[in-house]
Amino acid sequence: MNAAVAVFDVNRIRKDFPILHQTVHGKPLVYLDNAATSQKPQAVIDAISHFYATDCSNIHRGVHQLSERSTRNYEEARIKIQQFIHAADPREIIFVRGTTEGINLVAQTYGRANVGPGDEIVISALEHHSNIVPWQILSEEKGAALRVAPINDRGEILLDEYESLLSQRTRLVSIAHISNALGTINPVRRMVELAHRRGIPVLLDGAQAAPHMKVDVQEIGCDFYVFSGHKLYGPTGIGVLYGKASLLDEMPPFQGGGDMISSVTFEKTTYNTLPYKFEAGTPNIEGTIGLAAAIDYVNRLGLDSIAAYEAELLEYGTEKLSRVPQLRLVGTAREKAAVLSFVIDGVHPHDVGTILDHQGIAVRTGHHCAQPVMDRFGVPATTRASLAFYNTREEIDALVAGIGKVKEIFG
Amino acid sequence: MSDLDDLYQEIILDHSKRPRNFGPIEGPSSKAEGYNPLCGDRVTVQLRLENDVVKDVHFQGSGCAISMASASLMTESLKGKTKAEAEGLFQGFHELLTGEADAKPELGKLAVFSGVREYPIRVKCATLAWHTLRAALRDSEGQTRQVSTE
Repeated sequence: MNAAVAVFDVNRIRKDFPILHQTVHGKPLVYLDNAATSQKPQAVIDAISHFYATDCSNIHRGVHQLSERSTRNYEEARIKIQQFIHAADPREIIFVRGTTEGINLVAQTYGRANVGPGDEIVISALEHHSNIVPWQILSEEKGAALRVAPINDRGEILLDEYESLLSQRTRLVSIAHISNALGTINPVRRMVELAHRRGIPVLLDGAQAAPHMKVDVQEIGCDFYVFSGHKLYGPTGIGVLYGKASLLDEMPPFQGGGDMISSVTFEKTTYNTLPYKFEAGTPNIEGTIGLAAAIDYVNRLGLDSIAAYEAELLEYGTEKLSRVPQLRLVGTAREKAAVLSFVIDGVHPHDVGTILDHQGIAVRTGHHCAQPVMDRFGVPATTRASLAFYNTREEIDALVAGIGKVKEIFG
Repeated sequence: MSDLDDLYQEIILDHSKRPRNFGPIEGPSSKAEGYNPLCGDRVTVQLRLENDVVKDVHFQGSGCAISMASASLMTESLKGKTKAEAEGLFQGFHELLTGEADAKPELGKLAVFSGVREYPIRVKCATLAWHTLRAALRDSEGQTRQVSTE
């Protein structure tokens, strides 16, 4: 056991998450659906509650004390996020509803302004639907084409094939940092470098990465980075779009409304500066405050410690599941986050999910909003256990025992 | 774990592993395809109707144990039934699953699905084949219809 794991006191950490201490169907809850959404520490719940109990007000407009407090909290959250992903400037942090809205924002603004007939957008075969459909909508509207970088049997993007798709027609690359269905950590720095050599900007879908590893957007060099608060132990309905200021400045606004303008007459409207140009209407203030509290919490644990602990859990889980007869892991990338997607011969994942639920074990079953990934591996669906730093080896043992029950019933 | 046994009764497991009336029939008078986008389950139902009586009915597809067993048991219970009787079975089956009513005697073996009512998210698995059947019964022109549970 390495040092990082030794100092990681998971039993103490679990006390910070009230939801974990309950029974489901009479069994202690084993929550292994963290890639869908993660649970929230008390500090996040308290921060949201505190906002409504003491500071609630609209931002950027009132001269009164409460509005000043709300505005300060909101802007401090932006700075916290800037530092969290190592962006150069807080103006590059745009609050959105989540990863999906962030990708749609880029497709509808940058995409519509820069993609034309015959142009191409490059994605990969392991994308979530939210990083496929916005580009299909754009491509259909503009007469552009979607090109898909293939993956191997381990679930790794074939870099040579990816590189060969990059051409003078490519207007944008949009790739997951980590695959939600397979856990693959993509070599994004290298992929950005290959695209930039040809002057192609890159968007990274960081929904699965931001909660589990240190992200430095300047080191990666990506042009856009998006992630969701709720997978990062924060609330739902809040997410972040990072964009390089030089690109965001040139992009047309996304939605029109209050806060995104500097002056309005019936003849002409002048848009506000960054980041407000992209934040029309009253935003999810409570969400930004909850997300800031979540980032504080994660920073206290340390992303390096989190990543080391989760890597150790993944190794333990992979070894345990590999020993289960008739079970096949789907997604065995060499660089992998703590996701265990699997199929069991002769048993549909929905039946696996129901039987596991009966033992208090929450997993995701289905296509994980990544149908092309399922098609690639020739399965209609998988069962997915996705881990977080509050999970334990004992919970993985419970999962293995639960699978035993599945096999008992379907024997 | 008694309620799990209620859900996965022996007859359900048997029909899911060895589905009856599986595969195409020759010269179907109507057919329909059903799809549950939530879980990816697919089922095709083919019928041979003579004078509004179900002479033969088969299904094909893939899905969870509940959906496959439901399709299999459905085909067994339909043969020789009129369209009106088939519709009546669907209504009785649906009420059984949603908990609106207990199993009526005419449901016969279909009563084994009563355990599904404890699992609202699985009701669509059990009813996919039946929704597909209804689409096929409405399909008088012999064109393939498609239904979705969503």
